[in-house]
Amino acid sequence: MTNVIFAGVGGQGVILSTKVLMHVALSQGYDVKESEIHGMAQRGGSVDCHVRFGEQVHSPLIAPGTADFIVALELLEAARRLDFLAPQGRIITDTRQIDPMPVLTGQMTYPDDLADWLDHHSNACCLVETGPALKILGSSRVLNVVMLGVLSQYLTFDAETWQNSLKATVKPQHVDLNLHAFELGRTLLGSS
Amino acid sequence: MQKTILMGNEAIARGAYEAGCRVAAGYPGTPSTEILETVAATTKDIQAQWSPNEKVALEVAFGAAVAGARAMAVMKHVGLNVAADPLFTFSYSGVNAGLVIINADDPGPWSSQNEQDNRHYAQAAKVPMLEPSDSQEAKDMTRLAFELSEQFDRPVIVRITTRIAHARGIVTLEPRHDVPLRPLIRDPKKYVMIPAHAAPRHRFIERQMKTIQAYAETSDVNRIEWGHKKRGIITDSVAYQYVKEVCPDDSVLKLGMIWPMPDALIKVFSEGVDELVVVEELDPFIETHVKALGLAVTGKALLSLCGELTPALVDQALNGTPPRTGAAYPTDLPPRPPQLCKNCPHEYVFQILKDLDLTVVGDIGCYTLAALSPLEAMHMQTCMGASIGMHLGFEKAQGRALAERSVSVIGDSTFLHSGITALIDMVYNQGTGTVIILDNRTTAMTGHQENPASGKTLMGEPTVALDLGAIARAVGVSRVTTLDPKEVKELRRVIEEEIAMPVPSVIVAKRKCILKK
Repeated sequence: MTNVIFAGVGGQGVILSTKVLMHVALSQGYDVKESEIHGMAQRGGSVDCHVRFGEQVHSPLIAPGTADFIVALELLEAARRLDFLAPQGRIITDTRQIDPMPVLTGQMTYPDDLADWLDHHSNACCLVETGPALKILGSSRVLNVVMLGVLSQYLTFDAETWQNSLKATVKPQHVDLNLHAFELGRTLLGSS
Repeated sequence: MQKTILMGNEAIARGAYEAGCRVAAGYPGTPSTEILETVAATTKDIQAQWSPNEKVALEVAFGAAVAGARAMAVMKHVGLNVAADPLFTFSYSGVNAGLVIINADDPGPWSSQNEQDNRHYAQAAKVPMLEPSDSQEAKDMTRLAFELSEQFDRPVIVRITTRIAHARGIVTLEPRHDVPLRPLIRDPKKYVMIPAHAAPRHRFIERQMKTIQAYAETSDVNRIEWGHKKRGIITDSVAYQYVKEVCPDDSVLKLGMIWPMPDALIKVFSEGVDELVVVEELDPFIETHVKALGLAVTGKALLSLCGELTPALVDQALNGTPPRTGAAYPTDLPPRPPQLCKNCPHEYVFQILKDLDLTVVGDIGCYTLAALSPLEAMHMQTCMGASIGMHLGFEKAQGRALAERSVSVIGDSTFLHSGITALIDMVYNQGTGTVIILDNRTTAMTGHQENPASGKTLMGEPTVALDLGAIARAVGVSRVTTLDPKEVKELRRVIEEEIAMPVPSVIVAKRKCILKK
């Protein structure tokens, strides 16, 4: 059984990432389930999706302490889910910070040590600097697929399988950009 | 057969398609909204529509079923409260072609004003209820519901929860089953529910529910999965998946039909195990029934009445497994609550209401977010359409002094859902309150569904766009102002002027949702 949590902020495309991974798992003959909370996603709230694939999947929810991967598109959203990480699990997170409302209004502060803290409190932590790749791509909207490219380096599926699932999942007019984003993601490694 | 990945809501839409459903009506509400959106986006064989509210949606679906078309009504859990009146009497009438009600509960709650357990409606209204535990079952049980509805002359409810609606899994697709339209039969004894007809129909449906119970005893919709005999777990919905995950060796009785319950099967199961436990979310619905059968059972002594279950909670309660957890950041992390979008037209209105320090009686929609920081400019909110009536109650309690220091605020779709009758009450019973209709030209909170004021149907056809100001004038409000909330000086002037007037008034703050293309 492989457990993956995707986390981010509403509008970042977290759900698309989960759809692609699920398609990959299905195409390789696995059972796969997912659960998401997205009711408030369009209003800038936290979004997370649990994806599980293996021989037979019962629960669509991952239990705390059992996620093999946490793939986050924002630092605070990575930190928020750390209690789900398995002892041997890996965090893959973009290093960008998006201030939530309590920070914007000055009621709370955005912790400045999250990257270090995540690194120290996980077995494996990839702090990914996606800025240069997104600059080449000319769009920050494909951050989700860049991070999928990073994740793909730690899973056993081959590149062609991923590419086929991307083609089957994203809108036809965005296929080329997403394939490019995925390729660049496969060249990125975390800083630790 | 093609296998694909579907969200539970998409699977239900597919199930309705495969079942030969012809008419589907509903009102948007998380977590049910994608069902009708999927129907409209994927087939022309089903006439799908957003109704102004859930009561009307159910009435349309019922009319269609009586007129011979398989029909479906779709709503969230609190929507069934609105539709409860027709439900309880349609139950007496029964159907012609199949009638299925899809009802989405929201334990958590994640996107709702309460976490009521709608399994009680099946028992109270005397209708069968099915409960899928994943996407494949969501599709299969939607199909089955249509069959059962016709077989037993009952409306059938399919109850899902957020973890079924917004969970994805592998589903095997099948072709559409061609079900011919049935003729409409004039049968007043069945369809005109006067007391003389209702009394015999009541006796009929009590007999029918016994017949359905006999079906439930042997149908594979309920099943025993024997494991070791030390402990047996009775469970339903997504809780079944959690049980299979954390108690893989226990015996399990999975109830796919939660009402009527298979009493004999429950007794057989109970006799086969040493200890009987019920694992269910929210109320002790199964547990209470099992206890009434005279069986010893544990349930809510181990599990909470509140919130969702999770695999970890079930593991802890049944197996004594201490909670596993990774590291947690030493101080509270800033939460990321949903918020009004930057430049949301509602924000102009609430900033003025805050500046004027008015008491704001609110309603259901994006604008309810104005109750939270940083605006904190809403002081009461209950259910769809409640604002205007509650605001009139304020005035009845404290008179004009409170009416001139308060407003009610309601969205366009919510006003059309159930605000109009309350506005009539304000006029009729001589209230003098000021009502602000936030008209952003869409049903925004649930993801921009069309509504009777937006000029388009769910199927994308152009249609009449109701004029909210004209409705207000038609029900007797003489002071109606429509303006762009971005004109903040003018808006503030109008609000101050209207609250000072000792007659009811309506301000339509009209500006398109910032997210709407």
